[in-house]
Amino acid sequence: MGKAISFLLGDAERHLDSVDPNLTVLRYLREVEGLTGTKEGCAEGDCGACTVVLGESNGERMHYRAVNACILFTPALDGKQLIAIEHLKGADDRLHPAQDAMVQTHGTQCGFCTPGFIMSLFALYEEPGAPDRARIDDTLAGNLCRCTGYGPIVKAARDMKSLEPNTPACVKPGIARQLDRLSDGDGLAFESKDGRFFAPRTADELADLLLAHPKATILSGGTDVGLWVTKALRHLDPVIHTGQVAELKELRQFDDHLEIGAAVTYEDAHEVIAQHFPDFGEVIRRLGCRQVRNVGTIGGNIGNGSPIGDSPPPLIALGARLVLRRGAERREIALEDYFIDYGKQDRQPGEFIERIIMPLETAAGELRCYKISKRFDQDISAVLGAFNLRITDGRVERARICYGGMAGTPKRALACEAALTGQPWTLETVQQGRVALDSDFTPMSDQRASAGYRMLVAKNLLTKVYHETNDAPPVSRLVGAGSLAHG
Amino acid sequence: MVRPSRPLYEPPPLGLLWGGVHKDLAHDSALKHVSGEARYVDDLPEPRDLLHLAAGMSEQAHAKLLDLDLSAVRDAPGVVAVFTAQDIPGFNDISPTGTRDDPLLADGLVEFHGQPMFVVAAATTEQARAAARLAQVRYEELEPVLSVDHALERGDFVLEPHEMRRGNAEAALKQAPRRIKGQIRIGGQEHFYLEGQIALALPMEDGDVQIYTSSQHPSEIQHTAARVLDCPSNGVTVEVRRMGGAFGGKETQAAQWCLLAALVARLTGRSAKFRLDRDHDMAMTGKRHDFLADYEVGFDDDGRITALDTTLSSRCGFSADLSASINDRAMFHADNCYYLDQVHILSHRCKTNTVSNTAFRGFGGPQGMVMIERVIDEIARALGKDPLEIRKLNLYGDEGRNVTPYHMTVEDNVAPELIAELEATSDYWARREEIAQFNKTSPVIKRGLALTPVKFGISFTTTFLNQAGALVHVYSDGSVHLNHGGTEMGQGLYIKIAQVVAEEFQIDVDRIKITATTTAKVPNTSPTAASSGADMNGMAAQAAARTIKDRLAAFAAEQFQVSPEEVLFTNNRVVVGEREIPFPELVHMAYHDRVHLSSTGFYKTPKVHYERETARGRPFFYFAYGAAVAEVAIDTLTGENKVLRVDILHDVGRSLNPAIDLGQIEGGFIQGMGWLTSEELWFDAKGRLGTHAPSTYKIPACADRPEDFRVKIYERGENVEETIHRSKAVGEPPLMLGISVFNAIADAIASLADYRLQPGLDSPATPERVLFAVDELCQRKGGSVP
Repeated sequence: MGKAISFLLGDAERHLDSVDPNLTVLRYLREVEGLTGTKEGCAEGDCGACTVVLGESNGERMHYRAVNACILFTPALDGKQLIAIEHLKGADDRLHPAQDAMVQTHGTQCGFCTPGFIMSLFALYEEPGAPDRARIDDTLAGNLCRCTGYGPIVKAARDMKSLEPNTPACVKPGIARQLDRLSDGDGLAFESKDGRFFAPRTADELADLLLAHPKATILSGGTDVGLWVTKALRHLDPVIHTGQVAELKELRQFDDHLEIGAAVTYEDAHEVIAQHFPDFGEVIRRLGCRQVRNVGTIGGNIGNGSPIGDSPPPLIALGARLVLRRGAERREIALEDYFIDYGKQDRQPGEFIERIIMPLETAAGELRCYKISKRFDQDISAVLGAFNLRITDGRVERARICYGGMAGTPKRALACEAALTGQPWTLETVQQGRVALDSDFTPMSDQRASAGYRMLVAKNLLTKVYHETNDAPPVSRLVGAGSLAHG
Repeated sequence: MVRPSRPLYEPPPLGLLWGGVHKDLAHDSALKHVSGEARYVDDLPEPRDLLHLAAGMSEQAHAKLLDLDLSAVRDAPGVVAVFTAQDIPGFNDISPTGTRDDPLLADGLVEFHGQPMFVVAAATTEQARAAARLAQVRYEELEPVLSVDHALERGDFVLEPHEMRRGNAEAALKQAPRRIKGQIRIGGQEHFYLEGQIALALPMEDGDVQIYTSSQHPSEIQHTAARVLDCPSNGVTVEVRRMGGAFGGKETQAAQWCLLAALVARLTGRSAKFRLDRDHDMAMTGKRHDFLADYEVGFDDDGRITALDTTLSSRCGFSADLSASINDRAMFHADNCYYLDQVHILSHRCKTNTVSNTAFRGFGGPQGMVMIERVIDEIARALGKDPLEIRKLNLYGDEGRNVTPYHMTVEDNVAPELIAELEATSDYWARREEIAQFNKTSPVIKRGLALTPVKFGISFTTTFLNQAGALVHVYSDGSVHLNHGGTEMGQGLYIKIAQVVAEEFQIDVDRIKITATTTAKVPNTSPTAASSGADMNGMAAQAAARTIKDRLAAFAAEQFQVSPEEVLFTNNRVVVGEREIPFPELVHMAYHDRVHLSSTGFYKTPKVHYERETARGRPFFYFAYGAAVAEVAIDTLTGENKVLRVDILHDVGRSLNPAIDLGQIEGGFIQGMGWLTSEELWFDAKGRLGTHAPSTYKIPACADRPEDFRVKIYERGENVEETIHRSKAVGEPPLMLGISVFNAIADAIASLADYRLQPGLDSPATPERVLFAVDELCQRKGGSVP
C-alpha cells in the first residue's frame, strides 16, 4: 500500500505525507494551498458553496462528479483529480463557458455561492447532451442561492453549451494518462502524527484491516461521518474507507435479484433501481443532492442505522437482505433485522456490510414510495412510506409496508399489513389499515414534523395508494413521474 | 485577473458612453464572483500571529450564571486567551438604539439558548471551538418564556406597546353591516446569507483597531466598538468590501463578532478572526420576527372595509435590538394598498428567552401585509366573491380615500393601473375558471390562485437616518475613485452608484474605481437598509461628482474664455465652445491649474417627518408598488405544495439598471415564497433552536422556482418624487410579492369548501400546516376529509 496521498490538483501532482487525515478537502484547499475561491457555507454538505469536482479515470476517459469539499476527507483524494474554481481558467486567463454564461445572465449577486454553482455547472458541461429543466434542477439541487431565485443560473446552465468553448488545462487530453501514472493500483495506508487512514482495494484487505482495527471508523461516502468531524469536533482514528474496494463497488444484476455492493453510490445505483422500481428511483433522485449522491452509498445509508435514512424503507418493503462479513465469515440477514433499536444495529466489531441483496420478485407498479419533507429536493424525510402491495382479483394478496421517520428505526407496519392481507382492496379495508397503523407506531415530534402529522400523513399515504391503484387513477403527485407539475 | 470571453456588455457605437444610468450593466464583481477571485473577509491574507475565536454558548434559555469555571477552556490545546464580561474595558453593551439591554458577553444572567458567555482565542478555529465546549457552568434555571402567547400572558415586553389610530374603529365596527374576527400566526425567518458572520480585527498603533467585516452598518460597529473598548470613535476603522448576502441579518448582527475580535485584538495585541460556524450563526444571531396577528374587520355587503381593529404581537427575543422600528413598520404596512376608513392598530413587542430578532428584508412590513391580505380573503369567502374583487374594491383612491392610518396622503398610487395590467396579462379570470373546473374533478390535488399587491414605504421611519455621504476623487490621469457610505451585499449597489457617477461625468463606467466602504472615508453613515442604498448614496455621489464637474466647467470656461453654460460634458469628452477635449486631458489641465479634484457629497431625503407619539406624519418619501399572481397546487392527503406559475409586475420607477432590478425582484419573490412555505424555525421546549442548519432549515432550492415564471418591470413606472434619475428603491418590496403564494395555497384549500370558508392556515405553509388546515376546514364544513 502507498504511503502518501497522491492526486492531481488541477493538472499538478500532489503527494501529501504529513496532513491530518481528518483534514477536509475544503480546509486543504483554503488553508494548505491558499486557494480561497472555494467557500464554506455550512460545513455539513447541505449548501454546495464548497462544491469541487473530482475526476476519475477509467483507463481511457475521465469521469467528473461534483462533490462537497466540506465533508470530504483529504485522503479520499488518493488517485483522483481535484478540480476547484481556480482551475477553470482557460488560455489567456479567459473564462470557462459556465462562468461566461453566469456573467451574461446576471447569475451572480452576492457571489458567495457562485464558485460552487460554477463547479456544478462545470460537471454538467462535461456531461453529454443539452440539459433540460429537470436535469438542471437535479444538478443544482445541492447548491443553495439566497439572492437570485435561481432563474438566471438556470438560464446560464441552458446557455453555456452554446458559448465558445474554452478548455482549461485541467480537462486537456492526457489528464487520464497522467492520473493513471499517479496510481500504482494499490490501496492507501496513510499515517501521519495526526492519525491513520486506510483505503484498501479489495474486500479481503478490508476484512483483514477491520479485524486488526475493530474500533476503526468505517468511512463510506462520508456524507454523515464528515459531520462527526466538522460539527461534533470528533477526531477519527483510524479511519477505514470502503470507497476504493472494487468488490464493494459492484452492482450485479441477476434474474431474480440485484446485488448492490455496500460502496455503490446512490448515483451509480439510481439508473438500475429506477428501471426496476420507478418510485424507488424517485426516492433516490430526491435523496440528498447530486454532490451527496455522488459519494453517498446505499451501504452507508443502512450502516449508520439512521431512523430517517431513505433507502431502507423501500428495500425492506422489497424484502432485501444484507450480507455481513467479518474476516472470512459471512452471514446473511433480513435487512429489517439489522435495525435493532434507535442507535443499535446488528453489526459486530470488525464486521462490515458487504452487499445488499434486493429481490426482483415485486413488479414495478407494485412498489409505491412517498417521501414527505418540507422541501422536495435535498431534504431529510419527516416520513417515508414504502408500500409493496400485490392486488389480485380485487384482493390484497401481499402487503409489505415499511415506514421511515415513524419509529427509532425504519420499521414495518405489521399490524397494518395484517389488516390488509387477504382483504378486498376497498376503502373499508384501507380504513382498517389506517386504524392498525395506530398500533404499529408511536412517532415523535421534532423539527421536521409533529407526532400528530406523522401519524396522519402515514395513514393518508395508504389512502393515496388506494387512489393510485384505482382503475382510473387521478393526478395524485406534485413531483416526479406522473405529477401535475411535470405533466 | 480573469478576462471575459466577450465584453460584459455590448459596447455602444464608437464615441458613445459605456455605462451611465438606465443600462443593463453586469454586477461590478461578476467576473470576480465566477472566477472565485472576489475576496470575502475569510479570503483576505491572514496576518502573522492571527488568533481564531469561538464563543462559549449558554446551554440554558434563561438562567442565572452562578459559576463560570473556565480552567479547562484555558488549559485546552492551542488556547491563548479567554475573556469574559469582566475583561471588557468599556461598556458591556452593543444595543443599537441605546436600550442598554444587549450585552456583548452575558454577565450573571443568560437570556437565550446559545448566548455568548465568554470568548476563546486559540491558534486555530478548530481548537477555539473545541475549547469553548469545555466550560463548567453552574446555572440557576429560571422559567423561560418562549412564545408570544406566553409573553402576552405574563406581560413581558422589550418595549412599550404602540398604537396608531384614525377615526374610531371600535364604534365603526359596532355599526358595520358585517364583521369578522380572526387570527393568524406568521412565522419568522432565518436570513441564511451564504457567507456566515465573520470579523477580522487588527491591533494598530495607539491602541487603535482596524476591523474588516461583513456588515451592512460599519459606522455602528465603529461607534459601538468605541463604547466597548472605551476609546473615541476615531480609534476604530471599519471596512467592508462586500458581503456574501445579508438581507438585514448583518445590520446589527455583525457587531458582536467584530467587537469580540476587537476586544481580543486590544487585550492580546494580536490580530483576531471570528468566523461563525453555520450552526452557531443560526443559534446566536437574530431572525425575522414571528407575529401573532389578531384582527376584527367591519365591511359592507359589497366587501368595502369600514373598520379594522388589529393587534400585532411579535416575538422580539430577549432584547429590543431594532424591534421598535420593525414593529412600527409592521403597523405602517397593516394597510398595504387598502384604504382603511376607521382603523386602530395596536402593537405588542414581546420579550422572550430566544435570540433577539432583528432586521430582515421588509423589516416588519411583510408581517403587516400578510395580516391584511388574510383579512381581504376572509371578506371574500364570507361574501362568496373572488378575493381579487375585494382587493380592487378596497384600494386607495382619490380624495377621501387616500389617507393612511398614520395620516399620510398617498400621492403616487399606481396600484390600480398596475393591478389592472397584471390581471390582464396573467389571464387571471380565465385561469380562475379553469382552476375551479379542475378542482371539481381532482380528488387529491387541488389548485389555487391569488393576486396580491404590494405598496411599500420608502425611507427610514427613524427620520435622522435618511442621510448619506460620498467621496469622489478625480486623479490627474482622469481616472475616478468612488466611495460612499452604502455597502455591497450583492444587491448591485456599487455598480448602480458607479453608473450615476459615470452619467454625471459622462465617462465610461470602467474609468471609475469602486472602492470598499470604510468609516475612514465617509463618516457617520446610515446602515445600508430600508431599500435606501441607491436612493441616498446615489444622490450623495452625484452631488460629489457634480461639485467636481462644476469646478472643471468653471476652469474650462475661464481657460478658453467661454461662459460656463458653453461647457458640456458628453461621451468621454468635454465640449468647450468650439473645442472638444477628452475628459482626461481637461482633468490634467485643471490639475496643473491647481483645481481641487476631490469632493464629498451629501444628501438628506426631503419632505419626510414623523411624530411617533401621535403616530402622524409623512414617514415615507414615496411608495414602491408591485403585484404578483401565483398559481399553486396542494396535495390534500399530505399537505405538500408546489408553485406552478407566477406572474409579476413591479414598479421600480425609471430603473438605474433594469437587469440588476430584475434580479432583486426575482430573488426577493423567491425569498418571500420561502418565508411563507418551507422555511420553518422550530424551537424545542427548552428554547433550543432545532432548525439550526440547512439540513433542517429549508430555503427554496432550484426546483422550487416556479416552472412558469414571468417577471416584468412596470414600464410606465416613474417616481413622482425627485429621486436619483427618477428610480425607485427595489431591495425589499419584491419580497412581499411572495405573499401571493401563501394566499394561493389558502385558495386551494378553500376550494374544498366551495370557497365559502376561510382556511385557518398559518405560515409557513409547510406540508404539516397545510394538511391540518385541510382537515380543519373539512371538519368545519361538516363533510368528510379527503
